[in-house]
Amino acid sequence: MFWDRESETLARAALEEHQLRCLRQTLERVAAKAPFYRRRFMEAGVKAEIKSLEDIREFPFTTGIDLREAYPDGMLAAPAEGPVRLHTSSGTTGKPKALFFSRGDVQHAADLIARSLVGAGITPADVFQNMMGYGLFTGGLVMHYGAEKVGCLVIPAGPGTSERQLMLMRDFQVTAVHILPSYALYFANFLEQKGIDPGKDLKLRKAFVGAEPHTEETRRRIERAYGLDVYNSYGLTEMNGPGVAFECEEKAGMHLWEDHFLLEVINPATGEPLPDGETGELVLTTLRREAMPLIRYRTRDITSVIPEPCACGRTHRRIARITGRSDDMLIIRGVNIFPQQIERVLMSFAQVGRNYLIVIDGLDDLTVKVELSAAAFDGQVEHLTALQDQIADRLKGEIWIRPKVDLALPGSLPVNEGKARRVLDQRSL
Amino acid sequence: MSTIHLIAVFVENKPGQTARVTKVLAEAQVNIHWVTIANSGSFGVMKFLVSDRDQALQALRENGLMVSLLEALAVETPNQPGGLQTVAERLGRSGINLDNCSGFVANDHAILVIEAHPLGEAAEILRQAGLRLLDQEEMRRL
Repeated sequence: MFWDRESETLARAALEEHQLRCLRQTLERVAAKAPFYRRRFMEAGVKAEIKSLEDIREFPFTTGIDLREAYPDGMLAAPAEGPVRLHTSSGTTGKPKALFFSRGDVQHAADLIARSLVGAGITPADVFQNMMGYGLFTGGLVMHYGAEKVGCLVIPAGPGTSERQLMLMRDFQVTAVHILPSYALYFANFLEQKGIDPGKDLKLRKAFVGAEPHTEETRRRIERAYGLDVYNSYGLTEMNGPGVAFECEEKAGMHLWEDHFLLEVINPATGEPLPDGETGELVLTTLRREAMPLIRYRTRDITSVIPEPCACGRTHRRIARITGRSDDMLIIRGVNIFPQQIERVLMSFAQVGRNYLIVIDGLDDLTVKVELSAAAFDGQVEHLTALQDQIADRLKGEIWIRPKVDLALPGSLPVNEGKARRVLDQRSL
Repeated sequence: MSTIHLIAVFVENKPGQTARVTKVLAEAQVNIHWVTIANSGSFGVMKFLVSDRDQALQALRENGLMVSLLEALAVETPNQPGGLQTVAERLGRSGINLDNCSGFVANDHAILVIEAHPLGEAAEILRQAGLRLLDQEEMRRL
């Protein structure tokens, strides 16, 4: 199913022609109107003139640090019609990143969500419970506008208590949810404790998970726990929030909406562009944004482009599941480790429950706290100690370090209403 | 076969976790007849024989604890030197693995609580040795 068949299946040549036209307009706009870019382009000795899409490589990157330094409005490109909305990143480390939306930007963001939802099989008959935070976080409002645009009944539940989520789900026969993957796992536990069988007692058929990197194993677990289809999505506050890339019903990588974003994958260490299929850092340039365009923004997210055409017929290239953030990487005893590597191993054990926590303390001592699944406990100490050993061995095979494995009760590890906390670094180095 | 049911409870390795379990049982008005705690170093497993099994299971589950029901034997041995020896020797000779065992004396009855596998065979051997197996009700009345 398509929301905007013409745009979504545009032939590559026409799509690239559109990209070049939009890129020119964007570069001219920021050079003329955004104080940050005027200065940045001057310092780099580049002019807002390009002959081909490849010429983008001559332009300097924009980083998260730049955004924080431009706070509150140094990157605003003052559209004729003033901005109508502001979102910010969480800003847990100092100043947040402030993002302005014009009226057109709000419409475009909703449109991209509508494409994404319809592409995953959502129709106006769906009842859509949005369990993401409303407020400065984009996951709530941006998704809300898109689902409304499709014509769903949208319930702005936000990250309320599990009791309330369940009440809404039951009373309004909710068929689709937008939820953090960590919360989806936690909520499945909650339903189990309540004696609720989602397959029988609820009407859920689709879940959109995002805002946190997660693994294919986690997706399958959520699908099994609820008996529904889970679609991965990708977005970041800096690029409107959700709706940058979404899975279609093929569930084989996320279509990145290339008529709105110019994508590059680079080697994060050297900044050099990488060919399709190679893994590196995703770099995005906005093509249609009015209030606050961003040029070559370093997302820090690690992925690769899937060059093969998708069976769904969309021409917009897909990106692979995010495997980590270049700044999430842990260095333990000199070894580079992504939390997702640990998650992949843990989630492959049936006895492992739905949450985990990686703790690093002392001098590089790694402990992995793992919730058990209630069915895994048969009362025998030996079986649990054997499980601890197996997990530690398998992790050693994956990350070259044998961690201490601590077993925890289902539902006992911390889950924030926002994003799950997966790593606790308490090193005294 | 006369067997008894033990409730096994997973206990995290943190201060106060044992009390967390016993508090649930106390508040559910469940009486504990027998208890052991096995510690692996990084977690523990408490095992109970209680007055009301179903109530205990429900209360523990409702409080987010992980529980499992185990089948075990309660054997009365002569309350005199060599009592345990008889049991250990008979089971050993028949190639039966003794997984866990604990014992106590109440009102001059010497009772061993035995987890072994295969449990049915263990029960048969002990019965043939002339030892009495107690059921849940008899354990309660000791």
